[in-house]
Parts: sequence; structure tokens; C-alpha cells
Amino acid sequence: MKKNSKKSHAEGHSKGLSRRGFLRGAGLTTAGTVVFTTGVQAFEAHTQPAKGTSFGPGSIGIEMKVNGRMQSLTVEPRTTLATALRDHLSLTGTKVVCDRGSCSACTVFIDGKPVNACITMALDVGDREVITIEGIARNGELHPVQEAFIEHDASQCGYCTPGMVMSCVHLLENEENPSLEDVKAATRGNLCRCGTYPHVFKATLSAAEKMK
Amino acid sequence: MNKFSWYEAKSVEDAIEQANSTVSEEIYTPTGKASIYKSGGIDVWDMVKEGLIAPQMIVNVRNIKGLDKMSFDPDSGLSIGANVTLTEIEQSPEVSEHYTALQQAVAHAATPQLRNMSTLAGNLAQRTRCWYFRSADHPCMRKGGDRCYARSQQTGQNENHAILDNGSCVSLHASSVATALLAYEASIVYLDAKGESHEVPIEDFFVSPSQDIWRENILSPGDLITEIKVPTPSSGTRSHYVKQVARESYDWSLADVAVVAKMNGNKCEKITIALGAAAPTPVRAYRAEEALINQVINKESAKLAGETAMASARPLTMNGYKVPLFLTTISQALLEIA
Ligand SMILES: Cc1cc2nc3c(=O)[nH]c(=O)nc-3n(C[C@H](O)[C@H](O)[C@H](O)COP(=O)(O)OP(=O)(O)OC[C@H]3O[C@@H](n4cnc5c(N)ncnc54)[C@H](O)[C@@H]3O)c2cc1C
Ligand code: FES
Ligand code: FES
Repeated sequence: MKKNSKKSHAEGHSKGLSRRGFLRGAGLTTAGTVVFTTGVQAFEAHTQPAKGTSFGPGSIGIEMKVNGRMQSLTVEPRTTLATALRDHLSLTGTKVVCDRGSCSACTVFIDGKPVNACITMALDVGDREVITIEGIARNGELHPVQEAFIEHDASQCGYCTPGMVMSCVHLLENEENPSLEDVKAATRGNLCRCGTYPHVFKATLSAAEKMK
Repeated sequence: MNKFSWYEAKSVEDAIEQANSTVSEEIYTPTGKASIYKSGGIDVWDMVKEGLIAPQMIVNVRNIKGLDKMSFDPDSGLSIGANVTLTEIEQSPEVSEHYTALQQAVAHAATPQLRNMSTLAGNLAQRTRCWYFRSADHPCMRKGGDRCYARSQQTGQNENHAILDNGSCVSLHASSVATALLAYEASIVYLDAKGESHEVPIEDFFVSPSQDIWRENILSPGDLITEIKVPTPSSGTRSHYVKQVARESYDWSLADVAVVAKMNGNKCEKITIALGAAAPTPVRAYRAEEALINQVINKESAKLAGETAMASARPLTMNGYKVPLFLTTISQALLEIA
């Protein structure tokens, strides 16, 4: 009875026409803004309103809010958020190390919450806002956490650093007076092969002092 | 990663109509035509990236309205929607107040980033983390092959593997959250392919490889978890969860224990002890529970309970350390509620 998936999406193929459709952002109540634009492999959405919508497997034009700006890009359902940011939007500050959710190097915020961009699909973002390491500095000024990382020599090879900074910024945005244990808990997912942890902890605690 | 289409499901009925397989079916007998559910996506993407599954369609159930609700009622207990994230459970004041061991288990699972993404249904339906299972180069029994690489006396890298119920595949269930839910005697509510609702005790949700090698839970194609129910602990109940890991940062469990006990004075009236990372499914230590009924929990009785729980342990070549680790962890968890 449920073997109709193939049929339904095959029926949905169109021939390179511009299409518009909507995806709802994960967990959001407002309408999402995936806008289908062009592409040889553009596809059709189901028409019955009660039904869901099928996308891909080919290219889809989407809009995504990144660091305060609406961006248009063409992705596939299998395009990760990390790939969309790095390869489509040239925001290469987000690093991909393990590509499996186990090191947190690729940490970005989606609607203010730290998540792993390597194991989130671009289509999963919907109309929520993405903030990357490039969006942490304000008006050309480094964030206090970034400054403290430089001051305290909290980076060696640097691969873990963008993710580490994101985790620490998130902590300080939610906790004015963090303890050492709070910093450890916030960075528990961030693996650093170079062993910068003690400097990361010091830098974050000193940034917290400065931000008061 | 293979190419796949993405179906954005709007309702449970809609999702059920689209799904024609499960991750487990597709791993065991690949068809390349599978359409499978994805919620947080962490385990699904991991397996697609490793080339263990090549689904034709992903049915995204993450945005279905109503599956993200959590509520507590003293009469009916805690209801956790399938899509509630581990972070939401961790931060729920009701969970902290009434379900200490569940809060502790969730707070120690995965990383802060992953807890923001992981849903409870996806966590319970994730597949084992056995490294042979996760390697496309090792066609093990769970993937339709003819052997368990981990149990090999000569080459098996089995330091993380099962010490109980390990006569078949020796993998562990990956969910450490399940250990706490088992101790609370939670139940899983799911809709079958016809849309009929079923409620099963969590103990019957998990399937041991000795029963069925290709699956780790009872879900068949189209079955959609909607809710996890946790009964209200009766008054005088105390609970505690302990997870042992190899690193100070996050890690998968080497041994985890949840205990939920109803105390009468200093005596134990009713108790459940659940063990994670001991067997291919989360398991209850029934004999140890019996040994504690009407007893005072102290160093001696806690030690005896640990020994009783480990009496049937059969370590493999590299995981003998797990027996003393469980002995101490069981005692530690029990003494916390004494
Ligand atoms: C590095 C790392 C460390 C981790 N550590 C831990 C840990 O210590 N403890 C722990 O418990 N977990 C741990 N996890 C697991 C993680 O937290 C996720 O819970 C898990 O990977 C899957 O959750 P998800 O919501 O992303 O599910 P998905 O990947 O979306 O789905 C997982 C499975 O569930 C099925 N599914 C999803 N929703 C439903 C539904 N409603 N009905 C029926 N089937 C459904 C999918 O088809 C799939 O088979 C870890 C994961 C990683 C990557
Ligand atoms: S690169 Fe994403 S978690 Fe490691
Ligand atoms: S600085 Fe090299 S991995 Fe952290």
C-alpha cells in the first residue's frame, strides 16, 4: 500500500520551468521560503494542499538567511548546510573535519542554537536564520571571545577554532557569570587535537569578565 | 552520498503513506528504492554518508505539527512527542522535578550541538554504533553477512561490546537515553502502516539479535512513533543515572545504569535497575532487583545486587573490564538513592 513513493515523485518531474513552492522551517510556525527557481532538473511540488511536498533529487533554488542577509542558492536535497555555506556561499570559516557530527568543528547557530552544519541538510534550515563564525564579529570589531582567543593563544592548527568560538559565544550569550564547569560543558562536543582546552577555558572566562 | 528526493511530510497520515521501508530493512536487503523516515537526521545522514543505505526518498517527519509537544500530568504521567529534542527534555523543569534519572541520562547523551538536533524517536530508533556494522567494508550478520567480526577470538576488536546476551551479534544498543526510559517503564506509542495506534512497553520495543538479527526494534515499514509515555513515579520514588565513558568530554557509553526505586523509610519497596551498553538491547537486571526488595540499600546490599546482575556476564576477549565497571556503577547508582 505504501509502494507509491517512486510514482509520486516521478510524476512530479517538470522540464526546467520555474516553479515556486514552500517548505516550512523546522519547528517553526511561519511559512518557510524555499523558492524553486530554475535548473534542468527542476521538479514539481504536489498540488493537493493537505499533502506534503516532494523536492529533488535534482537541483532546487532556495533562499536562506545567513548572517543577517537573505541569500539565494541552488542545492540538492543531499547538500549539507556546511557545503551550502562553504562551497555555495564561500563562507569557508565553518570547518568540516569529521563530517559526522562527532567533533563540532562545523558548529553554526540555527535560530540561536548551536548545531552541526555537516550533518544538517540545507533543506532543513527552512526559514530559520543561520549565523556562522563570519557573523560573530560586529561592525568590523571582533567579538570579545575572538579577542580573548587571540590574547590567550587559544588556537594552534585552528581547525577546531571556529566551532570552539561558536560554542563559547553561545555560552556567554546565555550565561553572564559562567564557571569553569560551564565552559567545559559548553565545549564538551568540540574536539581539539592540538589540546588547546586550558587556553580556551581561560580565554572564555576572561571574555565573560570583559563583557560584564 | 547518493542522490535522493526529499518529501516534506505535513501530517502523520501523509508520512505513513510515503514510507515504504526502514533503515534496518534497507541495510539488510538493499533495494535502492527505499523511502524512509528522517527526524533529526543524525543517524540517517551518517548511514547515507557511509554508504550503508542509499534511499531513494527521505520522508522528513521533523516538521509534522503536534509531534513536538511535551506535557506532564500527575495522573497520566509524562508525554514526550516523537520530535521533542534531547535538549528540550534536558531543560524541562518537569523532567528535572519528577524524573531525575531521565534528566541525567539526556544531559549526558551526545554533545550540546547534537542534543539540539536529536529527537527522542530518532534516538530510540538509531542503529548500533558497532564499528564493524558502521563500516561498509564489513558485511556482518546484521547486514546480511555470515559472521560477527567483533566476536572473533583472533581479530575481534570488541572492547566496547556486549557482556550479556552476546551469543549472536555482540553489538550494543546505541541509545543511553533508553536505559533511563527502561528503568521508568516507559512505553512507545506508534501508528502502523494502516494508521492504527499501538502502545508497547519499551522493553518489548527493542529486539535482541538472538530474536531477529536484522532489526533492533519492532518497527516495520510505515510504523511511525508519535509519542513516548513515562508513568508518574509514585511518591517516595528516588532515581539516579550513571554513565561511564572513556573521555572527560562527551562519549558513547561503556557502561550506564539507571535505578528507580520506591522507598519505604530506608527499605526498598519496589525497584527497577536498567543497564545500558551491557547487551545488544537495554536490559533490566531483574535478579538484582529481586534481591533488593524489602532490603535496606547499603554498601553490602548494593554490592550484592551488582554481583547478582553480573552473574551471567560472559566477557569477550577485550571487554573483561566491563564486569568490574558494572559492579561499581550499579553500586554507585544504588548508593545515590539509598
Ligand atoms: C557523535 C555522536 C555521539 C552520540 N552520543 C550519544 C549518546 O551518548 N547517547 C545517546 O543516546 N545517543 C547518542 N547519539 C545519538 C544522537 O543523539 C541521535 O539521537 C541519533 O543519532 C538519532 O536521532 P535523530 O533524531 O537525528 O534521528 P534520525 O537520524 O532522523 O533517525 C534515526 C532513526 O529513527 C527513525 N525515525 C526517526 N523518527 C521516527 C519516528 N517518528 N518513527 C519511527 N522511526 C523514526 C529513522 O528512520 C532512523 O531509522 C550520538 C550521536 C553522535 C553522532
Ligand atoms: S565536521 Fe561537523 S561535527 Fe565534525
Ligand atoms: S587548534 Fe588544532 S584542533 Fe584545535
